[in-house]
Amino acid sequence: MKRDRLIGAILLVVALSAISGLALITVFIFREGVPIILRVGAGQFFLSTDWEPSLGHFGILSMIGGSLAVTVGAAVIGVVFSLGLAIVLTQFAPPALAAALKPAIELLAGIPSVVYGFVGVVTLVPLIRHSLGGPGLSVLAASIVLGIMILPTITSIAIDALQAVPRSYVEGSIALGATRWQTVTMVLLRAARSGIVAAVILGMGRAIGETMAVIMVAGNALALPHSLLDPVRTLTSNIALEMGYASGDHRQALFATGVTLFVIITLLNTAALAVSRRRAGRRRVG
Amino acid sequence: MKVSPATTQRVAVGFMWTLAAITFAVLIFILAFILAHGLPHVTWSFLTESPSSMGREGGIFPMILGTLLVAGLAVLVAAPIGVATAVYLTEYTREGRLTAVIRFGADCLAGVPSIIFGLFGFVFFAITLGMGLSVLSGSLTLALMVLPTIIRTSEEAIRAVPYAYREVSFGLGSTRWQMVITVVLRSALPGISTGIVLSLGRSISETAAVMLTAGSALRLPRSLFDSSRTLALHFYILSREGISMPNAYATASVLIIAILALNLLAYWLMRRFVAKVGR
Repeated sequence: MKRDRLIGAILLVVALSAISGLALITVFIFREGVPIILRVGAGQFFLSTDWEPSLGHFGILSMIGGSLAVTVGAAVIGVVFSLGLAIVLTQFAPPALAAALKPAIELLAGIPSVVYGFVGVVTLVPLIRHSLGGPGLSVLAASIVLGIMILPTITSIAIDALQAVPRSYVEGSIALGATRWQTVTMVLLRAARSGIVAAVILGMGRAIGETMAVIMVAGNALALPHSLLDPVRTLTSNIALEMGYASGDHRQALFATGVTLFVIITLLNTAALAVSRRRAGRRRVG
Repeated sequence: MKVSPATTQRVAVGFMWTLAAITFAVLIFILAFILAHGLPHVTWSFLTESPSSMGREGGIFPMILGTLLVAGLAVLVAAPIGVATAVYLTEYTREGRLTAVIRFGADCLAGVPSIIFGLFGFVFFAITLGMGLSVLSGSLTLALMVLPTIIRTSEEAIRAVPYAYREVSFGLGSTRWQMVITVVLRSALPGISTGIVLSLGRSISETAAVMLTAGSALRLPRSLFDSSRTLALHFYILSREGISMPNAYATASVLIIAILALNLLAYWLMRRFVAKVGR
């Protein structure tokens, strides 16, 4: 019995690794990044588009704009495809077919992001350049590539949310004479709404955090985008592109870029958590 | 003009099937595109030789070894920690504030982007702990990155083990720890392995975090403190800097085949697990 208690204590210490890791990450990223934000001035750092590290100019507004543009674009594409897939797989596909297609979606999640970026750059980018104009490396290209990349995340959470809707809701709706599709739009999607919203937010978190694929297809230009065909640089690309040779203030400014990204992601994750918790609360009442 | 509900349904379902078809076409296109361009260049000598002139010539042997070392060590570190966390959460405590904190930590860690892991690994493992850009820094960074996946999949696998198994074990007089080792972990092993295999896949695919922590040396790593370039990073550098497209495609093919094999293995393990514990 005493030995069991000792083992329990050891397991507890090990179990605290994840939260300790998170704390360490937060402390080290902020310690490296926050001082330069204060020195440059938060207003200057976040609201200026002037990024010229050799002159000591650190403004990341164009990267914030770039990240937001590709994330929103990816969310639009990801949501349309993921919801379609989730609805088809749970409501309309024969169970055997659905069971066969799910591993394929998981495989889509397993493909390395450099491969997505590469295939995007050699197929999608020239296609956009020739058919729509502009450099091809663009918000549009990044949105499409990211949209595909976040599709497995959104789809699998949306499937869970749809399957969590009580069967009686669906049966009640069908019994009232609604078609399967009317049931989907009027009952199922409404009942699963918070789960789907959480899925979309988490998908956006993945899109804004993605690095390698975006570097390859977004063009990395240092300016706020004015159209879908403009090239942009995201927060993540800025870090990955310049960390290799940065030192001193420049390196700290890249950590500060990381701090910005970290804060945005934390806000998104907290929102997703709040949405799904509200769902849990409501279900307990109902 | 009013469209009948049946027609609306036909159009909507047709549209969604089209979306599904496009998704799977994209998946098949990506795999076929890489393999068709790359497989012809994957020869025995490509797999077993060292690269020369920045990867324009020669093979990818040091990168294969580097990838196996970095990803293997990452999983070797993360798996025991993750499984122990799952055992603690499921067998050794009741749900309360402490489990909420542990779960919150794992959830947040799962949401941290890989480039942030890279920044952290660079400043913490490479600089503060003095490990430099090395296999060790890279693998410890990746271990932290895949930890939440291993915790979550292990926890699900352990929870799926029927409660009666535990009662029988206790009834036969075993202590909690004996019960965990002989009954719970043994039954949950295929499920736990699925999570570990998927984490290995994620470690192999990861590029951003490895770039900032393991470096990009082309030579064969001699110790854990040597810098080593992984396959994914090698592919990125070859294609991005236009060093050699045939070698880039070939490297990507090796990566894709490894990922396909790991996904198949995970799928097979999961089916075995469901067959074993399934009701």
